[in-house]
Amino acid sequence: MESFDLEETEAMTLYIALNRLREEQDPSLQFDFMCRAGICGSCAMMINGRPDLACHTKTKNLPDEINLMPLPVFKLIGDLSVDSGTWFRAMNEKVQSWVHTDKPFDPNAEEEPMDNQLAEEIYELERCVECGCCVAACGKANMREDFMGAAAFNRIARFMMDPRDERTGTEYFEVVGNEEGIFGCLGLLGCEDVCPKEIPLQDQLGMLRRKMGWQSIRHLFSRLLPD
Amino acid sequence: MQAALGNACMGEGDCPDVHFADTVKGSDWGCDQEVARLFAETAPIAVREMAHWGIPWNRVVPGTGTFYKGGKEYQKIEKKEKEGFITARDFGGTAKWRTCYTSDGTGHTLLFTMDNQVVKLGVKVHDRVEAVALIHDGQRCFGAVARCLKTGKLRVYLAKATLVATGGYGRLYRETTNAVICDGSGAILALKTGIVPVGNPEAVQFHPTGIVPTSILVTEGCRGDGGTLKDVDGKRFMDTYEPEKQELASRDVVSRWMTHHIREGKGVKSPYGDHLWLDIRHLGERHIKTKLREVDEICREFLGVDPVTQMIPVRPAQHYSMGGVRTNRDGAAYGLDGLFSAGEGACWDMHGLNRLGGNSLAETIVAGRIVGEKVADYLDGCEVTFKTELVRDFVRQEEEIISRLMAGKDGRENVYDVRNAMQDVMMDYVGIFRNATDLRHAVVQLQEIHERAKKVGLRSSSPGANPELALGMRIKGMVRLALCVAYAAEQRTESRGAHAREDYPERNDRDWLKRTLATWKEGDDLPTLNFEPNSQVWEIPPGQRGYGVSKIIPSEDPSVVGNGEASKAQEVPEVCKTPETPETN
Repeated sequence: MESFDLEETEAMTLYIALNRLREEQDPSLQFDFMCRAGICGSCAMMINGRPDLACHTKTKNLPDEINLMPLPVFKLIGDLSVDSGTWFRAMNEKVQSWVHTDKPFDPNAEEEPMDNQLAEEIYELERCVECGCCVAACGKANMREDFMGAAAFNRIARFMMDPRDERTGTEYFEVVGNEEGIFGCLGLLGCEDVCPKEIPLQDQLGMLRRKMGWQSIRHLFSRLLPD
Repeated sequence: MQAALGNACMGEGDCPDVHFADTVKGSDWGCDQEVARLFAETAPIAVREMAHWGIPWNRVVPGTGTFYKGGKEYQKIEKKEKEGFITARDFGGTAKWRTCYTSDGTGHTLLFTMDNQVVKLGVKVHDRVEAVALIHDGQRCFGAVARCLKTGKLRVYLAKATLVATGGYGRLYRETTNAVICDGSGAILALKTGIVPVGNPEAVQFHPTGIVPTSILVTEGCRGDGGTLKDVDGKRFMDTYEPEKQELASRDVVSRWMTHHIREGKGVKSPYGDHLWLDIRHLGERHIKTKLREVDEICREFLGVDPVTQMIPVRPAQHYSMGGVRTNRDGAAYGLDGLFSAGEGACWDMHGLNRLGGNSLAETIVAGRIVGEKVADYLDGCEVTFKTELVRDFVRQEEEIISRLMAGKDGRENVYDVRNAMQDVMMDYVGIFRNATDLRHAVVQLQEIHERAKKVGLRSSSPGANPELALGMRIKGMVRLALCVAYAAEQRTESRGAHAREDYPERNDRDWLKRTLATWKEGDDLPTLNFEPNSQVWEIPPGQRGYGVSKIIPSEDPSVVGNGEASKAQEVPEVCKTPETPETN
C-alpha cells in the first residue's frame, strides 16, 4: 500500500486528485479514466471499501484519509487498473447480448413502430456502463468465478423486454436458469446499493427469478403441459 | 444522430436534400459536397438499421405537447399516423427537427448496440492496445506496430487493409469536452508516415456549454429544449446578438458570442476563470429528470449543482476536430494504399470548417457503414507480400524510442510539463478567436515546446503498462499536430465556420475554397502545407448561412458559382434581422 499527501482544492473529484498525484508525485501510477464524466465505466475502484466511479466521487464527501483499492473479481493490471473489458466481453457472449431476430434488415422499409414508453423502459436498463461495481459488490461473484452477476441479469431483462428480440422463455432459461445464473443469486442486493447509474437491479433480479422459476416448472413438466 | 426521417411534426417535410443543405451551410461551404450528399442520403437508412439492431430510439407520441424556444413556450401537435415512429429533437443550425435520440444517452446506446453486433459476429476486439506506428514502404500500408497497454509489450499487426478510427484531438487543448484518450493518435500516426496528410487541422470546434471546472459537456439538447444563456447580471444576451436563432444558432456562433460577452466583462468570476450561466430551471423538474437526465446527473454529481433550482456554470471548451486523416469519399487515406480512416479521426470531409450538432454520431455510424463496405470491396481479391525486414525496421524504431525515453538519453524534460505547456498555448492563442499576432506567438512557442518534447526522459522506470511511457511515446506527435493546427490557422487568412480570424473577418471564397493538407517531413520543425479544392461538385454554390455575422469575398470561379446564385459581396448587418424561410435556415 502506497500513501500520498495531497492538498484538497475546491470541487475536487478523485479524477482531479489522481491525475495530480500522477503528474506531481508518482508518474507511473496506474488508473483508468476515459470519459471522466460517468458514462464510460472505466474508473470504477474501491473507495473506502465501496465500489464506485472515481470520476464522480467528490473528495469533500470523503474523510481526510481516502483508501483506494482496485476492484476485486476482475483481473488486476496494476495499481488501480483492472481488466473489466475481458470480463464484460465474456458476459456479453454468454448472455448473447444482441437482438435475436430472423427478420432481415430492409434498407428501403420504414422502421417498425414502437411505443415511446416501452422505448424509454428499455433505455432505462440499457444505461448500464459496464463499470463492474455491481460485480465487485456481489458476495456470490466474489466467491464463484463463473457467477454471471447483476450486469448480466440486467442485460437479459433488457432483451426480454424488447419485442424485437424473438427469443423464447426456453431460450432465455437455457442461458440464465441455472446456478451460475439467476438461481445462484443470494439476494444480498449489494449490486443495487452500489450501481452508480442507479439502475433498478433488484426489480430485474426479482422479475427474472419469477419468470425463470415458472420456466423451470414448465421445463420439468414439459412433456405433460401443452406448449 | 441527425437523419431526415421527418416523423416528428416539427420535422415535417424533411428529406435528405434539406439535411444536405443544412450540412453544407453548417460547414460554411467548406465541406466536400459529394460526401455530404452521400452522407445525408444514407443517414435515414443507418438510423433504421440501428433500430433494427436494438436502439431504443425515442418515438412519436401523438397529441399536443409543449416545447421551449429561447425561453418561450410553444405548442406542437404530433400526428396520430406517425405514432411510434422514430422521433427527433431540435439541435442548432438545422431547418427541421432532425436529431434522433434515446433520452440523452444516444452516443451510449449507439456504442453498446454496435458492440452487440461485434459480439454477435464474433469479431475479436483487442482491448487496451494502442497503434504507435503504421508499417509502410512509402507506397502501401502493411499494418501497424502496436503496444499492449496491459503488458507494455510491442506487437505487430500485419494487414492488407488498415483503418484508423481514433477520434479527435481535443486533448491538445487544456479545456476540452473530449474523453481523456482523444489525443489525436490517428492523426499522429498519419503525420509519422511523412506521406499521409492531415486535412484541415485548423478546423477545431468549440462547444458553448462545457461545465466549469471540468469541461464536461452538457448537451446542446438543453438549449434545443429551451435552455437559455445568462450573464453576470442574470440577463440573456443571445437574443440581442442573434434575434432569430437566439440560443439555437450554430454552435460556433454561440461559442463566439459567449466569448465575446465574457470579454465585454459580462462573465461571472470564479476561481477557474470567468464563465456564464446556462438556465434550464423553467423546463421543470419532470422534463429535466427524464429528457435531460444526464445533464441533471452531471450537475449534481460533478458540480454539486441542482439544475432544477440552480443555474449551471458553463463556458466554451474545445469540442470537435473537423480535421483528421485525409481520405477520399471511400474512406481511403491519401498517400498510402491499403490505409483507410473513418469517423472524427478522419477528414472525409462532410463537416468542412464546422460540424452541426447531431452530425458527428451520424457520421460515425454512416461512415462506418459506407467505408466498412469499401474496405470489404478492397479486400476482395487483394493480395499483399509482407517484407519481414520492413516490419523489423519499424519495430526496432519503436524499441529505440522506448529505450531512449527510459534511459533519458535525450534529456530529462518532464513529459507532463511539456504536455501542459502545449495545452496552455493552444487554449490561449489558438482558441475561438484567432489573429496573426496570437497565432505567430503560438507557432513560435510550440516550436520551442517541440524541442523540449524531443528531450523528454522518464522519471519512472517501469517498462510495462506505464502511463508516463505511453505519453512519452506520444508527446512529440502531439506537439507536431498542435503545430499543424496553429500553423494552418495562421495561413488561413479568412473566417469560415469555426475558424474565426479577428484580422480577416470575411469569408474569402475567392482564395480559400480549399482544404489544408498538412504533412510532416522528419527533421523539420514545421509542417508542410499543401492545399486542394474543398469540393469538386458545387450542388449548392457558396452563399449566406443565414446565421452568424459574415462578409463574403465571392468566388470568381465559374465551376464553383455555376449558373446558380453566386455569393455576392454583401455585408450583412451586425445583427441579422431577416426572418428565415423554413427552406433556407
